[in-house]
Amino acid sequence: MNHLPLIIKREYLTKVRNKSFIIMTFLSPIIFIALIAVVAYLSQLNSDKKRVITVLDESGLVQDVFKNSENTSYNILEYMSLDDAKTLVKETQGSGLLHIDKFDNSNLKSNNITFYSKESPSLGFITNVEGRLERRLTNLNLESKGVDLAIINDTKVRVTIAQESFEGEKTSKVDSIIKLIFGGAAGYLLFMFIIIYGNMIMRSVIEEKTSRIIEVIISSVKPIQLMLGKIIGTSLAGITQFVIWIILGGFLMTIVSLIFGINMAQMQTPQQDIILQTMENPELNLQAQNILASFYNLPLANLIVAFIMFFIGGYLLYSSLYAAIGAAVDNETDTQQFIFPLIMPLILAVYIGFFTVIEDPHGTVSTVFSFIPLTSPVVMLMRIPFGVPLWQQILSLLILIATFMGTVWFAAKIYRVGILMYGKKPSYKELIKWIKY
Amino acid sequence: MSNLLEVNKVSKNFGDYKALNEVSISVPQGSIFGLLGPNGAGKTTLIRVINQITMPDSGTVHLDGDLLNEKHIRDIGYLPEERGLYKSMKVGEQALYLAQLKGLSKAEAKTRLKYWFERLEIGDWWNKKIQELSKGMAQKIQFVVTVLHQPKLLIFDEPFSGFDPINANLIKDEILGLRDNGATVIFSTHRMESVEELCDDIALIHKSNKILDGKLVDVKREYKINTFEVGLRTVNHDALRQDLSDKFNVSNANFKSLEDELKLNIKLGQNEAPNELLNYLTSKAVVSHFVELIPSVNDIFIQTVKNN
Repeated sequence: MNHLPLIIKREYLTKVRNKSFIIMTFLSPIIFIALIAVVAYLSQLNSDKKRVITVLDESGLVQDVFKNSENTSYNILEYMSLDDAKTLVKETQGSGLLHIDKFDNSNLKSNNITFYSKESPSLGFITNVEGRLERRLTNLNLESKGVDLAIINDTKVRVTIAQESFEGEKTSKVDSIIKLIFGGAAGYLLFMFIIIYGNMIMRSVIEEKTSRIIEVIISSVKPIQLMLGKIIGTSLAGITQFVIWIILGGFLMTIVSLIFGINMAQMQTPQQDIILQTMENPELNLQAQNILASFYNLPLANLIVAFIMFFIGGYLLYSSLYAAIGAAVDNETDTQQFIFPLIMPLILAVYIGFFTVIEDPHGTVSTVFSFIPLTSPVVMLMRIPFGVPLWQQILSLLILIATFMGTVWFAAKIYRVGILMYGKKPSYKELIKWIKY
Repeated sequence: MSNLLEVNKVSKNFGDYKALNEVSISVPQGSIFGLLGPNGAGKTTLIRVINQITMPDSGTVHLDGDLLNEKHIRDIGYLPEERGLYKSMKVGEQALYLAQLKGLSKAEAKTRLKYWFERLEIGDWWNKKIQELSKGMAQKIQFVVTVLHQPKLLIFDEPFSGFDPINANLIKDEILGLRDNGATVIFSTHRMESVEELCDDIALIHKSNKILDGKLVDVKREYKINTFEVGLRTVNHDALRQDLSDKFNVSNANFKSLEDELKLNIKLGQNEAPNELLNYLTSKAVVSHFVELIPSVNDIFIQTVKNN
């Protein structure tokens, strides 16, 4: 008798109807969006505030580089002592005073420029000012040495290395970033999914044990059926929750942007400043336009198929282990000693993904860990956007499936014995013994 | 009468621990079979083997003539000692789910549940959650779920625990009713008085071995010690006791009576007939009490377990 559909249905409905599950499903995106909205609103407030920078340029060489912008206005002082200027800025509650001392005429060095302020300025602002001064002073130096600036500007060369594989596949730096985002998102999604729903499976096994219904159930169905039913039912509930999160999140995001008129792109951060600066460069800009093209350059079909396969494989592998842990213990507090070794490879995989794969997607470490079953789902998912030979993907998947079978067999053994054991906190040694029962 | 269940030399080890050692039992069709034994004797393991929860290391189990297989799941109804229900699930939904796991169709399960809920007067619990019910109420649901699919073999492990006397009686009557309708019942309990009352056959398991089995009356006959409990009205207790001690094997007895009597247990030898004893006694005193001592299941249990 195949009761699997019946068990899946019950597990799914129980999870989905559970009050805290419903609350989490609908509250999480609201809280998340609310947080983003608050942060966005606050930073908008922040950027609305106009900075007034007072400049005391005793050299008289650089004051014309300071042009008023949307958020910053410059107040140029002349013929005033530094102390008077400081007092003035303090009294008028200006944002700060930039003091540029007289230069030694023969060679301009920047060791006499100081910014005075009450609160230390943002990194972005200082970098910005430094850049402007640097360019101006360098140019002045060059001119004083008799160099024609027009020639320098004319002869400047910017190099962009085009990347192409032997098969003629073109890639670029932008490509790499896009790949990283895709691989990272896929790997991280799997990681989160395993942690959240693996735990849910474990709790539901423990619940069956503590409510003592387990013996009634397994006099009707095989333990392995019950275990698989639980895993699949909980996963479906998880997918439902995820889909609702994405839809609701997107919906709320749109509403919030409309209501508050917050344009997320306008949120100013130092990184974005730098990006904006590079955007001004026409060649880089051209590259940015290629982002869409890079997106289509990704091995999309491969990515989607691999994502589904490795996601399912990795998730099932871990969740069967979670189910076995649930069966082995009596209550949730006893689970820690077993969960830690289970989470370790998962965390390791994420670290390898974010550090080693980025550095060298086809290096030894990345390659090896994309074959080891407990880390392979995450690491392989992160590697695939960079182009992994098909044989490697298939081999890794086969290893994963073989391990999964072994794990399910092992977990089912533990499960079968464990669900009928009460009152004992088992050791690893004991678990090994159970396999022989 | 044929046997519904034949357990033949079943052994089961858990690591180094031997839980069952070549245990064989035969449960006749339509009987109530008492499975007895001290705690940890192996009763639960044996029951789990019959339920295919635990696979035996060796030995066979036949149900209704066939080697035990997956199809038999629907032929067995099992009420385990460690029982419970999903706490946050509604009564009706839960009962439907468990019935469907036993192979009933949803519609069929619903009809039968309606019948049983009305019969036990628990119809208005359908939409309640288990956690809202008392322990006894949950036990009733559990009982219904166990018998709902009309199994040939019912296994009850301590079925009366958690019930008040009224409900225990109700359940007892239901069990007898199920037996009368053709079901065979295996009954595991420590309450010897209910064994005495219900069981036709018994088996006693001790330290993983079966040490005793058979029809309850046969077992009792075997354990009969040919002893009679007597009450004698006489003036001089001591003289009469002395006189009887010379002729028979006498010990003190204890039972309730209205008068101050000499109360004795008199054990007869192999060739002595009760009538001779009674004749002798009537010649000596007024006999107010004369009963053959039949060993209770309790006595048999304690005696056999101690001797092994």
